[in-house]
Order: sequence, then structure tokens, then C-alpha cells
Amino acid sequence: MSLFNIFEIAGSAMSAQSVRLNTTASNLANAETVGTTEETTYRARQPVFAAMLKAMHGESEATGAGVRVLGITEDQATLQQRYAPDNPLANAEGYVFMPNVNPVDEMVNMISASRSYQNNVEVLNTSKQMLLATLRLGQ
Amino acid sequence: MPLSIDSALGPMPDALILRGRRSEVIASNLANADTPNFKARDFDFQSMMNKARSEQVALNTTHASHIAMNGAGGIGGAPLQYRVPNQPSLDGNSVDLQVEQAAFAENAVNYEATLTFLTSRIKGLMTAIRGD
Repeated sequence: MSLFNIFEIAGSAMSAQSVRLNTTASNLANAETVGTTEETTYRARQPVFAAMLKAMHGESEATGAGVRVLGITEDQATLQQRYAPDNPLANAEGYVFMPNVNPVDEMVNMISASRSYQNNVEVLNTSKQMLLATLRLGQ
Repeated sequence: MPLSIDSALGPMPDALILRGRRSEVIASNLANADTPNFKARDFDFQSMMNKARSEQVALNTTHASHIAMNGAGGIGGAPLQYRVPNQPSLDGNSVDLQVEQAAFAENAVNYEATLTFLTSRIKGLMTAIRGD
């Protein structure tokens, strides 16, 4: 029954979007977390999505495709240095490294992830109503 | 003329299966709205319906006690086609959220309509059986 597959498809998309929302929250929370060296400083994280094709039983071709998170990538853009000799984390020259988090990017990501999540909730609700109506068939 | 339940229900069961499959395909498109390089897919309901109605799968009856099967259409693997995007996107994703939402809603309404027709057919059969 293909309608049941929708629960899996929309569910995987919701979990992927919540991972994305998680990284956004982490990025925004650490937007001002300075570091002593370039290696120890926080870098903006982004999840990588990939389609999860799955052939249903008795079919040669995959019709449904869920979403899976392939991994989390860190932004490799160079970090800005800020002169802050009073900061206990400052290096010998008196500089701290700032994370390469762009708050505007993160806000856009947050809205996009939240809208996509809501979209999948709607799909799930509609499919559930369709299934329940099918169960009442003939009554 | 013996009345088969399959023919009494008409094309509704086939339509219901196809509508269910189409909603799954569109749900996949919506789920992958943010997946890079994902191409939106769909199938033409009308042509698939015609195919299902014309291609009746026949089983070979090689023994006297074999029962000839009829009514099961070739609904199995619906050939999926790629949707032509309105505008290209930088990440190779061809899902247009609004188009997919509209298609999903349209499909859901059609599913409910098919269910309503099916219910009325079943009610008609019940009336015929009861005779009151």
C-alpha cells in the first residue's frame, strides 16, 4: 500500500529538517564563541542531504524517495581575527579568532527548514486523512 | 450474465491504486525539496489509467483446476517522468514547492472523490443484495 510509504518518506524528511534546524541553532548559539587558534575555533556547520531511493516490494523501479543526512560539513572559509588583548583566550599577539558564522545565512536557513518541516507535516496529515477515509470505505 | 464484483466496481479500484501511488511520488518530491541534485518526478494519471484499463494481465491456465484471472490491470511499475522545472536552480534541484503542493492537493481531492464513487457503487450492490 503506497500510502503507508508516505509516513516513512515524510518522516525521514522531517528528521532531516530537524537536523538542519539543530545545526542552525548550534551555529547561532556559537556565533560569538571566540577561539585562540584557527583549529580550535568554532566553524559554521551545515548538513548534507541526499535522496534515499527505495524500491517497493514487487517493483523494479523506486517510486518513493525519502531523505537522509549524509553528514555535517564545516564551513572552510577563513576566520576573522579580532584584536582583543583583554580576552583570556587571546594568543601571544593579542588576537582572538572569530567563528565564520553568518547570522543572516542562519536566519534564512532556520526559516527555510521550519517551512519545509511544516510542509511535510501537512503531507503526513493529508495522507493520514486519505488512509482513514479508505478504512471507512463502504460504510 | 454472471456479475463479477470486479466489473461491478468499475475502474474505481484501479484509479484508487494509481492515486495512492501518485501521492507517494509527489510526497517524495516534497520531502526532497531541499536535497541537492534531486529531480522532481511524476506520472501522467490519464495515460496510466488507460494503460491499466487496456492491459489486462492474463495468466496461463495449463491445468483444469487453474482459475483464469481477470480484472487485475497492469498497474505495477508506473513509469515515472521527470518534471520540467520552471526555472533552473543552482544546486540542481528541480522541485518547485508550489507546483508540488498544488499537485498533491489535487491528487488528494481526486482520491477522496474516487472513494466517494466507490462507496456509492458498494451501496448500490448492498441494495441489490438486500433487495429492500
